[in-house]
Amino acid sequence: MKILSLNFLTCAVKACKSSSASYPLHPKDAELVQDDIELNPQLLVNLMPRIDWSALSTTATELGFPALPAQPPTPEELEADEQKLKDLHNLLMQTQIMEGKLVCGNCGHEYAVREGIANFLLPSHLV
Amino acid sequence: MSRPEDTLSADIHYNDTEARKYTTSSRIQNIQASMTHRALELLDLSSPSLILDVGCGSGLSGEILSSIPPEEGGPHVWIGMDVSASMLDIALQRDVEGDLMLADIGQGVPFRAGTFDAAVSISAIQWLCNAESSEISPAGRLSRFFNGLYASLKRGGRAVCQFYPKNDEQKKMITGAAVKAGFGAGLLEDDPETKNVKVYLVLTAGAGSTSDITGVVKGMDGVDVLDPRRKREAGKGDIKKGSKAWIVKKKEQMERKGKVVKATSKYTGRKRRIAF
Ligand SMILES: C[S@@+](CC[C@H](N)C(=O)[O-])C[C@H]1O[C@@H](n2cnc3c(N)ncnc32)[C@H](O)[C@@H]1O
Ligand SMILES: [Zn+2]
Repeated sequence: MKILSLNFLTCAVKACKSSSASYPLHPKDAELVQDDIELNPQLLVNLMPRIDWSALSTTATELGFPALPAQPPTPEELEADEQKLKDLHNLLMQTQIMEGKLVCGNCGHEYAVREGIANFLLPSHLV
Repeated sequence: MSRPEDTLSADIHYNDTEARKYTTSSRIQNIQASMTHRALELLDLSSPSLILDVGCGSGLSGEILSSIPPEEGGPHVWIGMDVSASMLDIALQRDVEGDLMLADIGQGVPFRAGTFDAAVSISAIQWLCNAESSEISPAGRLSRFFNGLYASLKRGGRAVCQFYPKNDEQKKMITGAAVKAGFGAGLLEDDPETKNVKVYLVLTAGAGSTSDITGVVKGMDGVDVLDPRRKREAGKGDIKKGSKAWIVKKKEQMERKGKVVKATSKYTGRKRRIAF
């Protein structure tokens, strides 16, 4: 699972919908791989306004990456600075969680990730 | 023909054997590809987008999303949800580019508000009407799905769901659930009243949408929305079933019922071939 997806996923438990502690999910015992994916600059520019930068910073830190800049890059910066674009591409698109868990900070539910696939099936009493 | 949807739940029907059989059939590959292209046409995306593939299965629909060239607004990135571990397993083996999640769409769509530019669903949502193995009614599952889908789309975002309704009642139930969740909705039928009919539920989230089912598809390519109240002269004489005149007449009948049908063109009444 790409870090991009983690930036959009929330806890699926009904009682967590209204809690801010349920986002972002926290990776636990995560095994990462770097995949080779073609850079798609326009896609990143389109996605940037929707990325929750503070959640992404949290995720990056939790996965042991160097701290992100305090502010997200602007579209102009992304256009002007290819390195910024590549860094973002590397983190959001090429970094993938292969094994581990995603843990909700509100209810503590652990979503298992196996072979890159997160299991979001819930027992019916939690839906 | 019997429908597995009526007797089994999807995760049981799509076991390892069925998932492999499904994915390796070139007939199925072609049909799924052409329906995905049709759905993309209706989504009308002009720039690389983040797309949710609902019931992505082994990735036959998703890989089309990844393959759209820049001249046509792609390639898109997608996240696929599916309830069948066997189907997802095949997707892994086929090395698809989208992210995969094992999830039941009848439990909701666990993404934060405004995540996706668009959503597609190819041949999946009729499964929500089956509640064999679930404690929750089809209506409850449909409502969770459409509410979740609505919230996860950015405002003005579109979703196109091709599905196989069992009957008119099921078609109404699914469309009604989408409208209730706030979507503007339209039904589009390709090859109507034939055994190859394909039903597309076209949805828009917010941005001035109304629940008038014709409002959404108005102005879309290949979709002609005609005023259902306009009187037409019924065709007289013998019309051969399947002929152009027959299709045109059927279309008029459906329009009068307020349905949205494709514009009659020089292709009307011809057998459609999948282009490859
Ligand atoms: C006919 S396949 C289509 C797969 C893919 N979209 C394609 O075009 O090849 C239907 C898929 O819907 C999935 N499905 C059915 N009910 C589902 C549910 N409640 N949640 C998620 N996926 C579901 C099935 O597991 C199956 O993979
Ligand atoms: Zn939770």
